[in-house]
Amino acid sequence: MSDLTKLTLSGALDGMAKGDFTSAELTQAHIKACKDAVKLNAFVTDTHELAMDMAKASDMRRQKAKSSGQSVGKLEGAPLGIKDLFCTEGVKTTAGSKILGEFTPPYESSVSANMKADGMVMLGKLNLDEFAMGSSNETSAFGPVINPWRKGQDLVPGGSSGGSASAVAADLCLGATATDTGGSIRQPASFTGTVGIKPTYGRCSRWGTVAFASSLDQAGPIAKTVKDSAILLESMSGYDPKDSTSINAPVPDWASACGASIKGLRIGIPKEYTIDGMPAEIEKLWQQGIEWLKAAGAEIVDVSLPHTKYALPAYYVVAPAEASSNLARYDGMRYGLRVEGADLADTYERTRTEGFGAEVRRRIMIGTYVLSAGYYDAYYLRAQKVRTRIAEDFKAAWEKCDALLTPTCPSAPFAVGRKVNDPITMYLNDIFTVTANLAGLPGISIPAALDADGLPLGLQIIGRAMDEETVFKAASALEDAAGFTAKPEKWW
Amino acid sequence: MSVSAKDVKKIARLSRLHVEDNQLEPLAGELNGILKWIEQLGEVDVEGVEPMTSAVDMDAPLRKDEITDGGVRDKILANAPKSDDGFFVVPRSVE
Repeated sequence: MSDLTKLTLSGALDGMAKGDFTSAELTQAHIKACKDAVKLNAFVTDTHELAMDMAKASDMRRQKAKSSGQSVGKLEGAPLGIKDLFCTEGVKTTAGSKILGEFTPPYESSVSANMKADGMVMLGKLNLDEFAMGSSNETSAFGPVINPWRKGQDLVPGGSSGGSASAVAADLCLGATATDTGGSIRQPASFTGTVGIKPTYGRCSRWGTVAFASSLDQAGPIAKTVKDSAILLESMSGYDPKDSTSINAPVPDWASACGASIKGLRIGIPKEYTIDGMPAEIEKLWQQGIEWLKAAGAEIVDVSLPHTKYALPAYYVVAPAEASSNLARYDGMRYGLRVEGADLADTYERTRTEGFGAEVRRRIMIGTYVLSAGYYDAYYLRAQKVRTRIAEDFKAAWEKCDALLTPTCPSAPFAVGRKVNDPITMYLNDIFTVTANLAGLPGISIPAALDADGLPLGLQIIGRAMDEETVFKAASALEDAAGFTAKPEKWW
Repeated sequence: MSVSAKDVKKIARLSRLHVEDNQLEPLAGELNGILKWIEQLGEVDVEGVEPMTSAVDMDAPLRKDEITDGGVRDKILANAPKSDDGFFVVPRSVE
């Protein structure tokens, strides 16, 4: 049998439907790949035994469905990874932090519950930046994830969904869940030559997903192809009364949008999406992307998003403010780590100081400061008003175009340890992705080329709220034109 | 606006975080670097602009005020650092 881990999700689902192989065989192959890839540190918790049980149960369901002429779930039998920010019933969930201790949720997040209902096989829980705060996966309490793409030294896979991105790029799983608060799906996708989509805010329920910044957090998949990402997103999405910001709208057949014609589609090119010091290769790739979409029949229009440069500073007020409030629940009383102190206040402080890492503590303190008496208006209220300005920029752009094309990141993956002590340089990684979070828009990153060092670079499509269909269409056209088939050479 | 070591101590207390005295100055420097960068927001004209409080344009949904869940005491206590006889055990808070 050929190597089953090299399949796409769509290919594997077809193969199982045709009876070429079983979920048990497919899962076994992926478990072996995971065991061989310990050096990547992509998983925090392995659930290999559970995965084999799920695979066998899936094979039985498929048999039964076949004999009774019924259809099977959208993800039936597919071995996938779950970012360790999604609570999974009976399986330890860490959020990449020590503060959750041995926390084992007695409930399942809505997103992973949807996927289980669709027949998913869960291989394990994927590493991430602590509480999804980071752009390099170096803030994880469980050590950094290593990018399978390499250039003489270990490179970061991006973050915060670094485990998800590395695992998919290294063929450890057919796809993975991820979350994106400022770029945490798209930036790691760009760094690892994978596809990652953050849908419209509200598409995926936030219930049971550990909260970072609630008005920005949104789940989405990391996958090998645009179509795979559409299949996964269809399963993850859907209305959930348990999340008051969940959108009550049907989930479209996004997989069918992949490959559809983009003739006449108006693609906007925002002139502000270029920064000083951005490698010429990324500028060139962006131009190449424009040519690809033009050749596929799209109409290219210049647009302006004048408040782009204020998006990151606005984000670094809003996100820490929400985080400081969300993370107040970690007090060592009801679950997770407790470090006993002299009295109650001392126990709180010891627990939180030992339980949280440096970046999380830094963001909690910034959030506390910008929300504190006397500073609320100057920082927090102003940032929320700037957020309105950024959303208005997009609304004006949609008068002239149907989707935007931009680079995903201002750089290729960098070396482990290089930026970890310089917060603002690290924050700048998200400069092209964070705007979509602030405005609540869908955005996808597609691997488009290798740079001179042989490292992957991504392009991003941003669409109107609720219009993932156009995003998938344009992304699929880019994917076809780019013909990106490169894989990292196996060294691990 | 910039924060002093004293301010950092206060922010830490409000955040329920402990910062060693010799770390107050370095942390103040770090936070000031970030706050200075954030201050470019002051350049934006926000006169008459409404603050954006939600990423999704919808009204908050309402449901009937009725019990939809419950009776899971043991599940809730299962992750407690300390529990006894169906209760959380926490440090004394009233002398």
